[in-house]
Amino acid sequence: MTVVPTGHHVYPGRGGPGSPRLLAGLAGRHTGGRQVGLHEHERLFGPLPLPLPPERRGGNGASEQRAASRLIDLVERSGLTGRGGAGFPAGRKLRSVAAGRGKAVVVANGSEGEPASHKDRLLLRRAPHLVLDGISLAAFAVGATEAYLVVHGDDGRLVASLLGAVQARKVAGLDQVAINVVGIEHRYVASEQTAIVQWINGGPGLPTFAPPRTHERGVGGRPTAVNNVETLAHIALIARYGSDWFRQAGTPDAPGTALATVTGAITRPGVYEIELGTPIGDLVMRAGGPTEYPQAVLVGGYFGTWLPADVARQARLSGSALRSVRAAMGAGILVVLPESSCGLAETARVVRYLANQGAGQCGPCVFGLPALAKALAALVYRGGSGDGVDQIASLIPLIERRGACRHPDGATQLAASALTAFRDDARMHDLYGPCSGVRRPSLLPIPGAGLAR
Amino acid sequence: MFWRPQTVAASYSGSGVGTVSERLRVNPIACTAHGMCAELLPEFIALDPWGYPIVPDEPVPDDLRGLAARAVAVCPALALMITKGTAEGR
Repeated sequence: MTVVPTGHHVYPGRGGPGSPRLLAGLAGRHTGGRQVGLHEHERLFGPLPLPLPPERRGGNGASEQRAASRLIDLVERSGLTGRGGAGFPAGRKLRSVAAGRGKAVVVANGSEGEPASHKDRLLLRRAPHLVLDGISLAAFAVGATEAYLVVHGDDGRLVASLLGAVQARKVAGLDQVAINVVGIEHRYVASEQTAIVQWINGGPGLPTFAPPRTHERGVGGRPTAVNNVETLAHIALIARYGSDWFRQAGTPDAPGTALATVTGAITRPGVYEIELGTPIGDLVMRAGGPTEYPQAVLVGGYFGTWLPADVARQARLSGSALRSVRAAMGAGILVVLPESSCGLAETARVVRYLANQGAGQCGPCVFGLPALAKALAALVYRGGSGDGVDQIASLIPLIERRGACRHPDGATQLAASALTAFRDDARMHDLYGPCSGVRRPSLLPIPGAGLAR
Repeated sequence: MFWRPQTVAASYSGSGVGTVSERLRVNPIACTAHGMCAELLPEFIALDPWGYPIVPDEPVPDDLRGLAARAVAVCPALALMITKGTAEGR
């Protein structure tokens, strides 16, 4: 295992090992602040490395096709994986879409569904041209003439600033692809990729049953590459600086950097750019350290995994390292749970929220998640029955992997990991009733929850 | 060594449908818990507490293939399907 230096230093631009990449233009705590405009963006990162279209060059398109194939090779060699949660190899996705039948479509997913995540919004607000460069490059790679940038429709300011950024590029004649900014419903499952495709196609923003898979038949029935906006921003840098440069950060099996949102009992909550392979403990210290003795860390978000603090401290942020502790990067969310909080109560509230956020389409999710939420609430707030844990454990296999999308699986994963990470706690609840932590205010944000528990 | 057509040998080894494995898949969006599939294939399909079928992600046993095909045909919601070969994804 290679020892990986963590990035504490800030250099502008492409920098050396350990310096920020996506966040290179942004100083300080990476929250709020102004947008990096097109001029500043090009000064920081250099021009968009896109060959001129054949009609402006007098070519016949053959060299363009070779260039597109070279770009896909480059992304494949970089080892970049999707940063939206599933972690699928980005180059392989581009290749399969490029090989599909019909004119391809590129969709950039910036509709961060995870309430505890802020990285995609940060990127879109502060460094939109990295994302737009990535869209342009992905479109070139797969031969798309049509692209969509999907964000939450209720964020009017973001939509307006993105439209402005797209317009600035149009004036500069940068993109060979028409980029449409699309606002979708602010709802957990609406940001799932089949839901986005159905919404763009004029249907409801709800997940659909696969097959057909999006990369084969997506927008307008055409092969569609749906990529997270951070993934595309990485492609913007890989196209400029190469795959070897990308691999200078991270580990051989998890190269590059990633954005992580750190919240909870932490001194400086915010979005941090980390090298993959960084131990969670190092990131927590970079964020100023915990504000209270930590009990556990939620890794990956609301479809993520609770890790006990001692496991989390040493766990490295990469797909394979987290897999060995049965966790996953997800969308790069870390929530530090203080000793005084009740992890089971946090879990119960999130599962209740997820149960309410379902699309209402699949039976196991429609009936299973409320049952799971109810069983968790009974254990947390009443307890004392002695069979609460068993009830929860028996519900989980009745729900997981039985929906059309992964929404129910996320909730069961969270619940199952809570029973493991807070095993002693769960037993105490089950035998003797609620702990003092259940009265603490909710640490994990529950949108629209108000004061309801 | 004589050339022997593989398909002939294979067709006598099982139910006569060949060696391609078949799996049942339910479209959970379409399924509305009629339960007819579990009625036809109680050895293979169980119902959850809410009446929705639990379909194992494994090949349908050869002797149940006929019933599996019938279950697909009679599903009122058209939610059941047979996929050939290995399960793709899930």
